[in-house]
Amino acid sequence: MSPALILIGLAALGALVLGMVARKGRDMGLEQWTVGGRGFGWVFVFLLLAGEIYTTFTFLGASGFAYGLGAPAYYIIAYGSLAYVIAYFLLPPIWTYAKRHRLHSQPDFFVRKYDSRALGALVSVVDLVALIPYLVLQLTGLGIIVQAAGYGAIPKDAAIWVGAAIVTAYVMVSGIRGSAWTAVVKDILILGVVLFLGLYLPIHLYGGIGAMFEKIATAKPGFLVFRPSGMSVAWFVSTVLLTALGFFMWPHSFAACYTARDARVFRRNAIVLPIYQLILLFVFFVGFAAVLAVPGLKGAATNLALFKLVTQQFSPAVVGIIGAAGVFTALVPGSLIAMTAATLLAKNLVGLARPNASDDQTVALAKWLVPVIMLVAVYFTLTGSSTIVTMLLVGYSYVTQLFPTVVASLMRRNPVTAAGAFAGILAGVVVTTVLTFTHATIGNLAPGLPEVIRDLNVGIIALGVNVVVLVVVSALTRSRVLPMEAG
Amino acid sequence: MRTLIRWLALIPFVGMLIGPVVHNHVHPLILGMPFPLGWITVWVVLTAIVMAIVYALDPTNREEDAP
Repeated sequence: MSPALILIGLAALGALVLGMVARKGRDMGLEQWTVGGRGFGWVFVFLLLAGEIYTTFTFLGASGFAYGLGAPAYYIIAYGSLAYVIAYFLLPPIWTYAKRHRLHSQPDFFVRKYDSRALGALVSVVDLVALIPYLVLQLTGLGIIVQAAGYGAIPKDAAIWVGAAIVTAYVMVSGIRGSAWTAVVKDILILGVVLFLGLYLPIHLYGGIGAMFEKIATAKPGFLVFRPSGMSVAWFVSTVLLTALGFFMWPHSFAACYTARDARVFRRNAIVLPIYQLILLFVFFVGFAAVLAVPGLKGAATNLALFKLVTQQFSPAVVGIIGAAGVFTALVPGSLIAMTAATLLAKNLVGLARPNASDDQTVALAKWLVPVIMLVAVYFTLTGSSTIVTMLLVGYSYVTQLFPTVVASLMRRNPVTAAGAFAGILAGVVVTTVLTFTHATIGNLAPGLPEVIRDLNVGIIALGVNVVVLVVVSALTRSRVLPMEAG
Repeated sequence: MRTLIRWLALIPFVGMLIGPVVHNHVHPLILGMPFPLGWITVWVVLTAIVMAIVYALDPTNREEDAP
């Protein structure tokens, strides 16, 4: 048994133990299990919100993105910071409302605000379709990490099963507290690993960060700047804006904000979280360092850039520590996603059939839905269907469609009706699906337009259709109730 | 005061995005990074500073100080 595998095994065991003890004799009712009794201070909320940034997608994907495409990867740092600026204004009113009405899931918010269980069900379906591929991606990442860091000694499938079992066990036992505690260890580990790799590799291989970028600029002209067309500056600006809007519409991030003790927690975090985002810079450095050191990876293999370079440069013990950190980046978001999906499934979809279920019945059902959801995710991970990758790309655009409806509901007089919200979200989701599966871009839909417009992120069309439908249907359904309101 | 805060919060959006629009070239390097990446990095730090100012100015944060 290699030292790398022992370290990864210890990390997995550690995550399980930590997740298990996190409940510390608390009674795990719905309120504790889903939102931690709404008592988390800024550190825990910080870690739950930051947990979103450091998933296996960032660890493997961001380095792979920088390695494969270069400059377009920069957008990841930009949108995260701007999302926290939006969060400063958006999250406090959501939190206040959620506390007053004892909400537990994202669909709960829509059910309450729009007084419509049907809207809640639609949002639940959109959420599930976005969440499951996201969970699959975490498990896929976990498999890649264990296989690469274990030098192939453990089969990928076995690692995925074990990872899924660990997440299931501690989510069922301690809910969001388990996620928060494992997030503490994850962030300390990942911080150390990423800072070390991001500084050591460029200096060791190229003699410095500036020297590294000079060499890449000479070897691959145009790689470090946005493209003249396609992934151009216009693509960058529109993608940053769109993804910043969608950031907190992910149901697990949205619901994680319910855990806060008070509203100031978010405002304070809006100062610190952008800085935390800079850690991604060092992930990029690793990806860029790999460009000339381990050239030739293509397509999905670019996700292996980080581990290819690491196993080439370091002893198995160091690889083990890095692998352990990587395993945590899969377990923490995985647990949050599984819990969120189970909660909204139990409360907002099954809840439709039994509207009078008590909190205890709901949480009991949700806990038993966790293994079901994990099994579905494991199934998709092992079959490795390529549609999953497409679905994941759609996931982000899907949840972004919730943004206009959430913002409207926070206005003093909400201009949007339940029917308008339902129609708008549905229209946005349908347009997103069609555009994604036909691989449409604004460029090939309307080739006559200037380059700047053709390169805009195609998600803008879906959001535009969504808003138009939202406004029109709201106007139509509102006119009938107006006389009553005037009285 | 609340209007001022909203305007302040717009600064990171404009600042962050304008750099690559105006100058999409590798040189000059910023902190050893290609210009667009260096620009974004500097603006991440400036975003945090702007949000710290917003936090300090926002009367809501003082209201909630009361127990």
